Amino acid sequence: MSLENVHVDTLGSQREEDRFIKGVKDCVPTLLGYLSIGLAAGVVQKTAGLSIAEIALMSLILYAGSAQFIAAGMIAASSSPTAIIITILFVNLRHLLLSAALSPYFRHLSPLRNMLVGSLLTDETFGVAINQTAHKKRISENWMHGLNITAYLNWVLANIAGALLAQWISNPEKFGLEFALPAMFIGILVISILGRSKIKIDVAVAIIAVVIAVASSFVFSSSMGIIVATIIASTIGMVVEKWK
Amino acid sequence: MEVRLDVFLIILGAAIVTFIPRVVPLMVLSRFELPEWGMRWLNYVPISVIAALIGQEILMHDGKIASFTNNVELLAAIPTFFIAIKTRSLLATVIAGVIFFMGLRWFI
Repeated sequence: MSLENVHVDTLGSQREEDRFIKGVKDCVPTLLGYLSIGLAAGVVQKTAGLSIAEIALMSLILYAGSAQFIAAGMIAASSSPTAIIITILFVNLRHLLLSAALSPYFRHLSPLRNMLVGSLLTDETFGVAINQTAHKKRISENWMHGLNITAYLNWVLANIAGALLAQWISNPEKFGLEFALPAMFIGILVISILGRSKIKIDVAVAIIAVVIAVASSFVFSSSMGIIVATIIASTIGMVVEKWK
Repeated sequence: MEVRLDVFLIILGAAIVTFIPRVVPLMVLSRFELPEWGMRWLNYVPISVIAALIGQEILMHDGKIASFTNNVELLAAIPTFFIAIKTRSLLATVIAGVIFFMGLRWFI
């Protein structure tokens, strides 16, 4: 690379498309969808018996949609803290993949700054960020923070608004809201399977996971059933893909 | 507006186990790479976890297999799957699912 190119590259970090505000703008298409899920999460957490302060804390430091639904459900069912934390560890293990997939585009940052980028990583911000990499070798740190922080604030506000809303609804079951959680999981499952190019194996893995989750919950607790089903079904998926 | 100690500890623990997989690969992967089988295994984890959760949500009630004939969750799940496949929209799926569930409960 000539000196001239290096110079252009340095200037590049101040370009319009690398700015914080561009990241904010690129987050906008995802806001409505996550606003509604955040509202639903707020309602579900409130009806599970959590206080507004606990819901605010959960969305601020846990900041993970499906994990918050699961935590709310398991707290309502008086599951043990260990079972809740292990279940959430497994549910959020997918972030390993998202974080790993983004790492080649953030090699220009120190580990500490990569930690800040990763701390607010979600499925949605990953989706927007990975779209950028089609025509880029690196992702701007400022742009990523703009994207992450916008999604984060939207999520926290939506959770608190949902919790406040739930106080006004005396009987949430009447509105079928307890089905919002399984419906969201169905949506996430279908959309992620359709977004990959291995539908047959994915569907087989999903069915195996369902059967094991139901069968093993007679032997273990239901949350251990989830963990056993995940380990066995993922291993089967890995082995079958290797053989093909 | 209070935070109970046990709930606080659950949230803190959950936040820590969520934070680590979010940041560790970004921090260390420039030096160390997961073996190929490890990535492949991880690739199936989200689908397995979510399918297992759906299975328990819609097929089990109070630790027992729910009856197939008057299981509103299962009946609502079927059209919800179709909506998800057709629209590929999380928002549309959640709204449709809640409406199916609400409607079915009126009839059953």
